[in-house]
Amino acid sequence: MAAEPAMVRFFLMGKPHDVPKGLTIQKAMEYAGFRLLRGCGCRGGFCGACGTVYRVGSDYRLKVGLACQTVVEDQMYLAQIPFFPAVKATYKVEDLPPTAETLISLYPEILRCVGCNTCRKVCPQEIEVMRYIAAAQRGDIAKVADLSFDCLMCGLCASRCPAEIVQYHVAILGRRLYSRHIAKPAAHLAQRVAAIDRGECDADLEVMVAADSARLKALYNAREIEPEDLEAGGQE
Amino acid sequence: MLLSRLQTEDDVIAEIKAISGQDVRACYQCGKCTAGCPLASAMDLMPNQILRLLQLGEHEEVLKSRTIWQCASCLTCAARCPKDVDPARVMDALRTLLMRRGLVHVEIPKIPADLLAEAPQQALIGGFRKFVGY
Amino acid sequence: MRLPYFPGCTLHSKAQNFDASARAAAQALDIVMEELPEWTCCGATFSMSADSVMGLVAPTRILASAKDAGKLLTLCSFCYNTLKRTNRVIATDAEKRRKVTTFIEEDYQGNVQTVHLLEVLRDDIGFEALAARVTRRLDSLKVAPYYGCLLLRPADEMGFDDPERPTILENFLASLGCAVVDFPHRTECCGSFVAVSTPDVAQACSARILDAAAKQGAEMLVVSCPLCQYNLDHAQRRVQAGRGRTSQLPVVYFSQLLAIALGCEEACLHLGAHVVDPRPRLSKWLGQESQATALV
Repeated sequence: MAAEPAMVRFFLMGKPHDVPKGLTIQKAMEYAGFRLLRGCGCRGGFCGACGTVYRVGSDYRLKVGLACQTVVEDQMYLAQIPFFPAVKATYKVEDLPPTAETLISLYPEILRCVGCNTCRKVCPQEIEVMRYIAAAQRGDIAKVADLSFDCLMCGLCASRCPAEIVQYHVAILGRRLYSRHIAKPAAHLAQRVAAIDRGECDADLEVMVAADSARLKALYNAREIEPEDLEAGGQE
Repeated sequence: MLLSRLQTEDDVIAEIKAISGQDVRACYQCGKCTAGCPLASAMDLMPNQILRLLQLGEHEEVLKSRTIWQCASCLTCAARCPKDVDPARVMDALRTLLMRRGLVHVEIPKIPADLLAEAPQQALIGGFRKFVGY
Repeated sequence: MRLPYFPGCTLHSKAQNFDASARAAAQALDIVMEELPEWTCCGATFSMSADSVMGLVAPTRILASAKDAGKLLTLCSFCYNTLKRTNRVIATDAEKRRKVTTFIEEDYQGNVQTVHLLEVLRDDIGFEALAARVTRRLDSLKVAPYYGCLLLRPADEMGFDDPERPTILENFLASLGCAVVDFPHRTECCGSFVAVSTPDVAQACSARILDAAAKQGAEMLVVSCPLCQYNLDHAQRRVQAGRGRTSQLPVVYFSQLLAIALGCEEACLHLGAHVVDPRPRLSKWLGQESQATALV
């Protein structure tokens, strides 16, 4: 007979549930009988839908994580925050200059930052949120974009900010401004698009359009993945 | 008028003292703070009157004044007070007390767009600290 | 001489004329201003609440980042005042020091000395030595020095100069060859952040200062704070609209005059960014390019 798996107890909405050790929060909730309709997305740590705040036992500290990635600990006491009410400014990025004035005009509350660093402590991606807000205050758009690159828009930063800043909305505006106005256009992309417009890929596309399912599968399995394969003279 | 300790040493007065670190009873009403205050012409109660009213326990009148929101924390008053009272700290404490109760003196969405775009960050940051609080 | 440098939010964006001219001038004097690798806003105003530590958090973190150097240079009066006053609290109040340093997870005891560029010029270089290095003397330029509040007050904490009768800007200007104009409101508040809530009140404060300087024959006002520069410069635009003032006093940073006097490249001055254009009055010392732009 198989040995009983080790169990851990976690509390959801105040009710205790015993689940096998090693499950993520989402899996544990499903084990406990819940069907996840909201606050659940890609399950891969990327979409930001499952931001969760929790405590463990009698430790006073608040911890955070993504429910799809965080493993349940014994005496974990949790609450999910799938959605935090946040102001989103409306704008047309093409019309906005990449400056401090743009960010301050659309999100003036960034100037209320007290430098407490709670946002950084609460970020499941360990992004240096306070640093990019500081960069936003002084108009360093490139730095905002760079530092906030891994943001999942989970909203946990905004949920704890005493100055009511919506950090992730400021960051995405920074990234949009950067891409639109500052980042150098990718030369290789422009070349490829030009080649396509010239019809250089038409022949290969026609082959694929005409192919049946079996032929497509064969083509796909035999495709070149590494650049070296292309140089070896394979199909382009 | 009859003054009692109940009035002059109530919770609000105690809180003002705790926030400002100032003992307003040291003020002997010489008026130098008012005389030197560059914002006095825009104030309803004069700085020395604010201190006097606090000495008498009349904090409600003080908290309703326009004066406390006109103070620019320039510290001219503090520099000149012969009794080493810092009226600017008292003003700041009065604002802080109200902001901790939830009052917001400047509604950020109502700030004119050109002011937001033109004013140096320090003006807005300082203004938010003094008039919106945290 | 190398000094860690804290620019502050405003100098990085809106007051580039201040930052760029100061860096150029400092370089000409063999002072390297090394911007801190990471920094956040200092909060602009010193937190006067005796019972809370939130306002001390950001400036303490900034000071802690310079603790190895022991000195931190700043130009903006707001930052200078906030950092210096915060440091004194951290150095002298053990309870607040413990709370703040525990929270920001830094071991900082309050050893950093916050310095202003004017102090460096006065104490480390000396105004006589500075005068000897001036290549373009600003003779006949009648300049009124405007101190504002935050450099000087509270005097026991700032230790910058006499709060009622300061002389550092006068001595500085004299070393550049300027004709220094004395006027009564040189230490009076420009209105400061009140410009955010009641701009007309701030404007009135600034107008008083400008009138007093103009009355004494000043052709230019020199400042050390982007907010003073904004209030004084912009007050003239609005006042012109309402009252039709004819006298216009350009408001420049001390570093811009310093950069001109030391013969720095004009690109660092950004004189086109001012509301009241300083270029016509400075044309004698500026090159062809700046003069041409001024005439347009």
